[in-house]
Amino acid sequence: METFLEEVNKKIHGVPLQACYHCRKCTAGCPTASHMEYNPNKVIKMIQNGQKEKVLASSTIWLCLSCETCITRCPNQVDIARMMDVLRQMAIEEGRGAREKNILKFHEAFLAGIKRGGRINEPMMMAQYKLTSGDLFSDVAMAPGMFLKGKLSLLSPRTKDMKSVKNIFEKTKSI
Amino acid sequence: MKVSYYPGCSLHATGKEYDQSMKAVSRALNIELKEVEDWSCCGASSAHSTNFDLSIALSARNLIAAEKNAMDVMVPCAACFNRFKMAEHHLKADKDLKAKIEGVVGAKYQGGIAIRNPIDIIFNEIGLDTLAVKVVKPLAGLKPVSYYGCLLLRPPEVCEFENYENPFMLDKMMGAIGADVKNWSYKTDCCGGSLAISKTSIVIDMCDKLMSAAKEAGANCVVTACPLCMANLDMRPSSGLKLPVFYFTELISLAMGLPGSAETFKSHMFDPQPLMRQLRLI
Repeated sequence: METFLEEVNKKIHGVPLQACYHCRKCTAGCPTASHMEYNPNKVIKMIQNGQKEKVLASSTIWLCLSCETCITRCPNQVDIARMMDVLRQMAIEEGRGAREKNILKFHEAFLAGIKRGGRINEPMMMAQYKLTSGDLFSDVAMAPGMFLKGKLSLLSPRTKDMKSVKNIFEKTKSI
Repeated sequence: MKVSYYPGCSLHATGKEYDQSMKAVSRALNIELKEVEDWSCCGASSAHSTNFDLSIALSARNLIAAEKNAMDVMVPCAACFNRFKMAEHHLKADKDLKAKIEGVVGAKYQGGIAIRNPIDIIFNEIGLDTLAVKVVKPLAGLKPVSYYGCLLLRPPEVCEFENYENPFMLDKMMGAIGADVKNWSYKTDCCGGSLAISKTSIVIDMCDKLMSAAKEAGANCVVTACPLCMANLDMRPSSGLKLPVFYFTELISLAMGLPGSAETFKSHMFDPQPLMRQLRLI
């Protein structure tokens, strides 16, 4: 049977995680490490140890901002940002959901927006996010100002060839 | 020069000041823009965080559409730029993936056009000498720090941006239009990106740190080339720490005396007009 490490390496499709010699440069430069349950270096160790349940159930994989500072500074080109993407995708594919539920709800609302019009209509996307996350009141005070300044509009041009956009979602089996 | 233009979703909404000033500056610098036909969203963080193939296919659809113009494509939004460069990188490196994605999109990807951000085009194609000659109102008294953020720069082998740990193109450009650019060590730090909505407290902390550092460097404003950085820095810092934030093209437009330059300042959430009036720049 494939180990967790082998499974992740295959999906990263680049330098294998064994190349990490745990210098922790990734963690030193990570802007959200202090908010994470396990820091990026710890996640690599946990994958090497086969701690799949803990890793996929952690908040860490959702708090990664994909700022790519880690891979930029890694002396061994270990693609930690891609690793975080892979872990998030594994959690979704295996139906585990997300420890940081609202972050995944935001992604779902965003992708639903693309599926609906090809382009993001921010008020519609935000409405969907607020309804599904239950986070109804944050940022609401900003909305009127943004409408008045013309930054938000309920009607924005859509992609015409929506069939091609919908096809992409169907063929990639996206959420 | 002539280039294809991919505005992306933000430039038609929260980042409309970037679109307006980009178009005005391009016209004045003789860069002709032809919008990519029937473009769609690049997929942004939400696609690559949840489905790799989707993220590549959504960007590939636009790259294929841009290829029809047979010109390099200018991508002002740092997030779209990053996703396009990432898609290009993977499509060129992996033949099997390319075949799979072409099947998903239903068209062939040639890979024959360059994906370029406007900082690179103005700095390297137009040149600072040409820009400086067109300045009619040097931005005396304006002390920006230039903020590049993440997505224009990283990962460096994908983005191919100069000096990714200490970039200078934006700094030099601001110098060429008469601003007194301040140096700081947060040029390439992250603003918190898309977590602004779903994990706001973290993003407030990150923006507060950036604004404190900008003030410490002696800046009276921040200049950016990313609509996500703009939205976060314009709206998220705690009161008392806020500084006006500008797209670099808004400042170039003002320095070149282009009509309507001051108009875009009106839609910023943190009003930059008091500072600009105080400096007699508007």
